[in-house]
Amino acid sequence: MCGIVGLFLKDKKLEPELGSMLTDMLVTMTDRGPDSAGIAIYGSDTDNKAKMTVQSDTPDEDFTGLDKAIKAATGTSVSISRKDTHAILEMDADAASAVRESLRETHPSIRVMSTGDTIEIYKEVGLPKDVAARFEVSKMSGTHGIGHTRMATESAVTTMGAHPFSTGADQCLVHNGSLSNHNSLRRKLRRDGVHIETENDTEVGAAYLTWKMQQGSSLGEALESSLDDLDGFFTFVVGTKDGFGVVRDPIACKPAVMAETDQYVAFGSEYRALVNLPGIEEARVWEPEPATVYFWKH
Amino acid sequence: MQSFDLEAQGLRELNATLHAQADDTNQTAWEIDNPKGAHAIAVGLDAPIEVTVKGSTGYYCAGMNQQATVNVTGSAGPGVAENMMSGKVVIEGDASQYAGATGHGGLLVIKGNASSRCGISMKGINIVVHGNIGHMSGFMAQSGNMVVCGDAGDALGDSCYEARFFVRGSVKSLGADCEEKEMRPEHIEILKELLAEAECDAKPEEFKRYGSARNLYNFDVDNAAAY
Repeated sequence: MCGIVGLFLKDKKLEPELGSMLTDMLVTMTDRGPDSAGIAIYGSDTDNKAKMTVQSDTPDEDFTGLDKAIKAATGTSVSISRKDTHAILEMDADAASAVRESLRETHPSIRVMSTGDTIEIYKEVGLPKDVAARFEVSKMSGTHGIGHTRMATESAVTTMGAHPFSTGADQCLVHNGSLSNHNSLRRKLRRDGVHIETENDTEVGAAYLTWKMQQGSSLGEALESSLDDLDGFFTFVVGTKDGFGVVRDPIACKPAVMAETDQYVAFGSEYRALVNLPGIEEARVWEPEPATVYFWKH
Repeated sequence: MQSFDLEAQGLRELNATLHAQADDTNQTAWEIDNPKGAHAIAVGLDAPIEVTVKGSTGYYCAGMNQQATVNVTGSAGPGVAENMMSGKVVIEGDASQYAGATGHGGLLVIKGNASSRCGISMKGINIVVHGNIGHMSGFMAQSGNMVVCGDAGDALGDSCYEARFFVRGSVKSLGADCEEKEMRPEHIEILKELLAEAECDAKPEEFKRYGSARNLYNFDVDNAAAY
């Protein structure tokens, strides 16, 4: 199984509510997958600053004095705001890759969850309500966001195996299903220099889309070609800095329901996830067609 | 009219209450408020009662139905009326995948569209869809009638047995061993009756009939080596 929710706001007035709406939607999907949960939120854009979400299993040790350590290693000033096992590092945009490189050497126990201008990713093992509470997701505002609750099939129940996966700046992907050609595709992508952290099938899907976009595809084109190159079952929901997309494999046995009003576009693995959204009674509600790419942009 | 607030009273209470209705119950009309996409609403009924669900339902609404009439004013999630034995289920909106799967009897009416695998392995149920149906519908269908007033998706009736498929619009592709068949007077009669019962004003003459070419499921001595 696995449960997916997504919300892409058209109405700016709803932006302060994004975190609480997504949390409510995700908690409703708990019984589709209680192993681990995660959420990606696209927040406010800060000029020329990059955001990096990092995670550590020993946050007290790793995050204390981290700004000084980064300054010493790279000469870059970073600001750190910690949330439980995660922290958001903010730095000058052009210093982000140097900081990432340096973290890999000086703090191997720190994992980078996402980088970009606006994306933040929080994910941990546990129930959606507990994970959302740990990171105070319901207080977060933003333009769009994606949540996932996992029932593991293809790799272990760990923080790094939880969704969303981010393999490129401001990109993320969540997945319900299982890919059957992920091992061969991972080898191919790694040979092409794509960095893949885990043995998880979904991360390969995310890395595939990033790789396609690096080669010049738009997100929509990358999703189209995933229908040819990925084998297995999938309902994907993806986010970019200003976009939100959905695609299902041609068999389409993994469920999906969408709703659209003047205020938002919403995705749920089941209609239950959407029932508390404002104006849902009048929304256009439909099931996305198999092998069809849906995409919205701000 | 008996009212039931699903949100306040809970699913188990709802189904237990409906199961407690005997054949000669006086409480024949039920209205269910706040379904909110919940699973397994009005499953396993076996009494001549009429249940109206006011809103949209989740997985397996009205599964295993016998005798009862279940109306859903919104849309239905996957597996609506799965394994229905008798009675009638009417969905005012759309139905998700495998609507009416494995049904043995009764009538399922979907006034919107049905998605993939509608009537998969149907065993005697009648299904009338006012709109379109998705891919792999009628896969391994054994008996009963599926009437589609709109279009059918890919692989209609793949590996089917003796079920009949009537489609008014286009068929994207036929599944293995499914073929178009002649419309005879008895088929017009079947359609007339089903369309009337499903409150659909389509004309029987506008439909084409599809069914098994019977090449796949008969033992053929030439294929003996394959077994």
